[in-house]
Amino acid sequence: MESKTIRFVRRGELVSLTNVPPDRTLLELLREDLSCTGTKEGCGEGDCGACTVVVAEPEDGALKYRAINSCIRLAHSIDGMALWTVEDLAGEDGSLHPAQEAMVQCHGSQCGFCTPGFAMSLFGMYQNHVCQGETVTRELAQEELSGNLCRCTGYRPILDAAQQMANLPRVQVDEGEILRQLEALRVRREQVASLGTYLDPRTLPELLALRAANPQAQIVAGCTDVGLWVTKMHMQFPQVLDVTRVAELKRVEQYEHHIAIGAAVTLTDAFDALVRERPQLKTFANRFAGLPVRNSGTLGGNVANGSPIGDSMPLLIALGAHVVLLSQRGHRDLPLEQFYTGYRKNVLAADEVVGWIKVPRPKSPHPGPLPQAGEGASGSTPSPRLRGEGGGEGEFLRAYKISKRYDDDISAVCLVVAMRIEDGAVAQVGIGAGGVAPTPARAVQTEALLRGRPWTLEAAQAAAASLRSEFRPISDMRASSAYRSEVLGNLMQRLWLESQGFEQINLESFRLAEATAP
Amino acid sequence: MNAPEKFLTGTAAPATGSSHAHESARAQVAGAATYVDDIPEVKGTLHAAPILSKVARGRLLGVDASAALQMEGVKGVVLAGDIPGDRILATFTHDEPVFALDTVEFVGQVVGVVVADTVMQARRAARKVKLQIEPLPAILDVREAVQAQSFVLPPVTARRGEPEQGIARAPHRLSGSLDVGGQEHFYLEGQVGYALPLEQDNWWIYSSTQHPGEVQHWVAHALGLENHAVKVECRRMGGGFGGKETQAGHIAVWAALAARKFRKPVKLRLDRDDDFLVTGKRHPFAYDYEVGFDDDGLVTGLKLMLAANCGWSADLSGPVADRAVFHADNAYFLGDVEIVSYRCKTNVQSHTAFRGFGGPQGMIVVEAILSDIARALGKDPLDVRKANLYGIEDRNVTHYQMPVEDNILHPLIARLEQDARYRERRDEIARWNAGNPVIKRGIAITPVKFGISFTATFFNQAGALVHVYTDGSVQVNHGGTEMGQGLHTKVCQLVADELGVPFEKVRISATDTSKVPNASATAASSGTDLNGRAAQFAARQVRQRLAQYVAEKQNCRPEQVIFAHGLVSGPDAAIPFAQLVDDAYHSRVQLWSDGFYRTPKIHYDKNTLTGRPFYYFAYGAACSEVAIDTLTGESRVLKVDILHDVGTSINPAIDIGQIEGGFIQGMGWLTTEQLVWNDRGELATHAPSTYKIPATGDVPAHFNVQLWPEANREDNVGGSKAVGEPPFMLAISVWEALRDAAAAARADGRVQMDAPATAENVLKAIRG
Repeated sequence: MESKTIRFVRRGELVSLTNVPPDRTLLELLREDLSCTGTKEGCGEGDCGACTVVVAEPEDGALKYRAINSCIRLAHSIDGMALWTVEDLAGEDGSLHPAQEAMVQCHGSQCGFCTPGFAMSLFGMYQNHVCQGETVTRELAQEELSGNLCRCTGYRPILDAAQQMANLPRVQVDEGEILRQLEALRVRREQVASLGTYLDPRTLPELLALRAANPQAQIVAGCTDVGLWVTKMHMQFPQVLDVTRVAELKRVEQYEHHIAIGAAVTLTDAFDALVRERPQLKTFANRFAGLPVRNSGTLGGNVANGSPIGDSMPLLIALGAHVVLLSQRGHRDLPLEQFYTGYRKNVLAADEVVGWIKVPRPKSPHPGPLPQAGEGASGSTPSPRLRGEGGGEGEFLRAYKISKRYDDDISAVCLVVAMRIEDGAVAQVGIGAGGVAPTPARAVQTEALLRGRPWTLEAAQAAAASLRSEFRPISDMRASSAYRSEVLGNLMQRLWLESQGFEQINLESFRLAEATAP
Repeated sequence: MNAPEKFLTGTAAPATGSSHAHESARAQVAGAATYVDDIPEVKGTLHAAPILSKVARGRLLGVDASAALQMEGVKGVVLAGDIPGDRILATFTHDEPVFALDTVEFVGQVVGVVVADTVMQARRAARKVKLQIEPLPAILDVREAVQAQSFVLPPVTARRGEPEQGIARAPHRLSGSLDVGGQEHFYLEGQVGYALPLEQDNWWIYSSTQHPGEVQHWVAHALGLENHAVKVECRRMGGGFGGKETQAGHIAVWAALAARKFRKPVKLRLDRDDDFLVTGKRHPFAYDYEVGFDDDGLVTGLKLMLAANCGWSADLSGPVADRAVFHADNAYFLGDVEIVSYRCKTNVQSHTAFRGFGGPQGMIVVEAILSDIARALGKDPLDVRKANLYGIEDRNVTHYQMPVEDNILHPLIARLEQDARYRERRDEIARWNAGNPVIKRGIAITPVKFGISFTATFFNQAGALVHVYTDGSVQVNHGGTEMGQGLHTKVCQLVADELGVPFEKVRISATDTSKVPNASATAASSGTDLNGRAAQFAARQVRQRLAQYVAEKQNCRPEQVIFAHGLVSGPDAAIPFAQLVDDAYHSRVQLWSDGFYRTPKIHYDKNTLTGRPFYYFAYGAACSEVAIDTLTGESRVLKVDILHDVGTSINPAIDIGQIEGGFIQGMGWLTTEQLVWNDRGELATHAPSTYKIPATGDVPAHFNVQLWPEANREDNVGGSKAVGEPPFMLAISVWEALRDAAAAARADGRVQMDAPATAENVLKAIRG
């Protein structure tokens, strides 16, 4: 089977490449086929960011820029996009881009090997924030650079550089010209049938037909896990079915009682949608991998992949999300926890794909923002009242993640609890847990124990004990079984304290300035 | 000397002392700085991938490569039988086979390499090679190794006075044990070597190495050639941290053997997971101690056991363990003391150099002991630390008989204590801890006194070449290597000032064994001290020749000729440097020179561990504040203040970069970076997905670094002090602050906590 031509826009020019195998990574394409060695391989698994490049696509008439890991991204997936690597930022006269110049001025490079990746993440921030007139705060820089590792500097000068970029003379991308080029590419692409070794259908019917006709093809979306099957497990895919171009699956749709997140929506956009409805999830969202992974990976991919330590599933289970599976035979709609049948096993048939994830909206139509821990009550003095959105009518939601590193780490334990308290009793409760079972799991027994019961210290203690007995976690390099069990229960204790208005008891929101204020 | 104003064309200020950007910064940010894997490949280049043992210890009975040889692109395998020279690497202890011979000794040991057209073909095929191994019992635990007397080198004891009596007659006694984990270097650029056969059995090796001379020696030894047949070049490394001191040599040797067998250039670039599995790491240590002390917390007697987990071979474990012994005092006079050092053999990777080189493992235990003493007495740990500091007039000789002559710790700690508001914050923290049911805070100040020099005295030498071209541009070459630490930048600054030319006039060329021979490793923080001086001396000779030339023209003494601002000035006239150089060339003045430096004053007896192993000490102190969650053991570093001694800084930005970077790396060692081996001896944390170095979110919101304003009291280059390693150990303050917070969470105020302080270990310390 022929592999079709990859076309993308780089340095204002159209790049066309033929005969690229379907499982070739973007980094291999850059370094080996194009001899562009500015982009580095640090880990080959999307965890260090040395290989970061920026891609852009038209969205709502403007370019949407995304920093991504080129080491685990399949080369074909950037067909039809604009691409920037670290070699593409400097001006014709060799003048450095502000993202680069700021790094020089702030002494942000030492050994220099992570530097191209940082420069590209900074370029992404420059396009998405500085050029939009937004200030790059220290907090934003830490969030958006958490997927780039540096072993030399200790990061301070790089964080300074992120803030320094805006103070340098502005450099603009000629977006109009790139949009024109991409539109020309799009028109050209429409004429190419989805045939060959890299299938990237544009519509749902096309996708379902291709899925039925090619059950052996490897399905990919953002490739943030499948990419590792290539680089680390050395798997080879004769044929790939890429779902990320299917228009129907790239949308987030709002309904009265739920939102439907298409399986091809990136984690960045999916979490944005979730955080819009539930602002208290912002920190949890930011702690999911690093930005380049969230920019490539999809919520549907995380769900379909079904890793027991994936962080989106405990959240979705606690919220009562459903997954919609599609095939030419029709669709199935089932609670997320029923999707999984064992370790990385699920109910998907050979001709089926994950279509949407349906997430119930908060009951309260206009939920007031949950007071952030650290606001409101000063110090740690509890104000004994239940903290629920919408004046106690809404949902009390907490997402806890325990990992060795604060950012960009995989959970040892993830626990998400969504409760609704009415008249002092638990009217509704959803508990999702990760890292404690072979699959993402719902704490069915603990939910049953709590449901209808007065929300008291005794109830919380009983729930803690129940959680510990409900799961039999394993010991591995992330944590021991004993630790995971103990922490599961302790997190229920934290939930109780937070429900009683205790502040400054969670390091996620802990701020020293407040703590030391007189 | 007043130069006419119109001639003032160069930079006004001297290059040294200013924060010049890294000499490669502009290339690095543009992706234009070349690392070994970026060098355009010579036509016909093949790629190698290692075949790894999956068994911790066993008899290697056979290697079946038949499946691999059938695979696309595969050229063949290279095994021990293909080695023309010595099958044992040319290490000091001569205890490491190049490829496994009849036994394997750890999971990840390289049995051979597969060679193929592409990297991925080689890697795929390497996994298809079947190894027939008969398993044997393995030792995986360091304490088990002590029990079994499984050592790579014999134990060493340093002893002074009568520690038994010092402990027996003390009013208070404590005993305890501690385990401190190792650390993966995680240089962002993995290990890589590229071997090119040249004419007449000469070899060109590109290696990402801190020690090109050793790579040259090892490659020649394995190929059965003399050293002059092998040229090793390294322009820069993408990080080293000690991990490319010896470990790079293995990769280069394997690539060269493959290149010899197939008569083609061969590149070997380790996949990150293989890099974790194959190469050595910071030595994990286990400790037992017994200490006697008085009512003030003054140590009256100490018996300390240090067990270094060296892995399967000696590598640099001898000097690493020695340095741990040398630094088990950190900044404190130990009086009657016995330190027993075991160099344990276990069936894991052969642990190696890593920033601090045993120093961190020596210091952490004495810091733990002192704060344990403080908690036992109900005192502030800082008071106990201060009570035990080395004195100025007395109590000033180390347990290895070296007088501490340049002690600045008393005023340095006093200033940090004040600047960081230590006492007020301690009170605030106590109030906080009394009021918060979940979050406990802790604070600690710990000092660092780090000995500068290679303990192997003969390594303390360096050479350099300075070439001045007829247009006045200058090229420097020296034996040191650039791994991000800014060595080349500092050397260029020193040479620029020696010749009185702007920084931009001086360029550095790749480190190359065919230019400066027999160079020591760039290690032990000594890069600038040694190579900077050698380059300065080389430049000085050129300058002296030029001064002589000018003196003859202007009829003055050479000492009257001044080199500054890009001008050379005698009594009669100031001439632009470039013009003078061109004139001198036409008068047949030699415009290039070598330079050589060796460190004075140092000596030591490695059998008794006594002498003056260090030219001087570098000092510093850090104040760290942390918070822990007593429900989960999670922690955050909230505030860090550092006051560190770099002498007269040659480049403040680079020095601060080393301090900050070293601190954060040390913080990683003691918090999130946990190496986990399973019971089969497999390293379970073998990639950044499972091994967590600090990320942007771990940088404390308050992170303040100040430099101590005093020149090195010894005659060192530019009055500076070495800065590569010492700041690493400032991070012990984080670990001590975590123990302080854990103590606040316990009714008994005692803390038993192993490092790293992962959430699980912190929770154990609180609840255990």
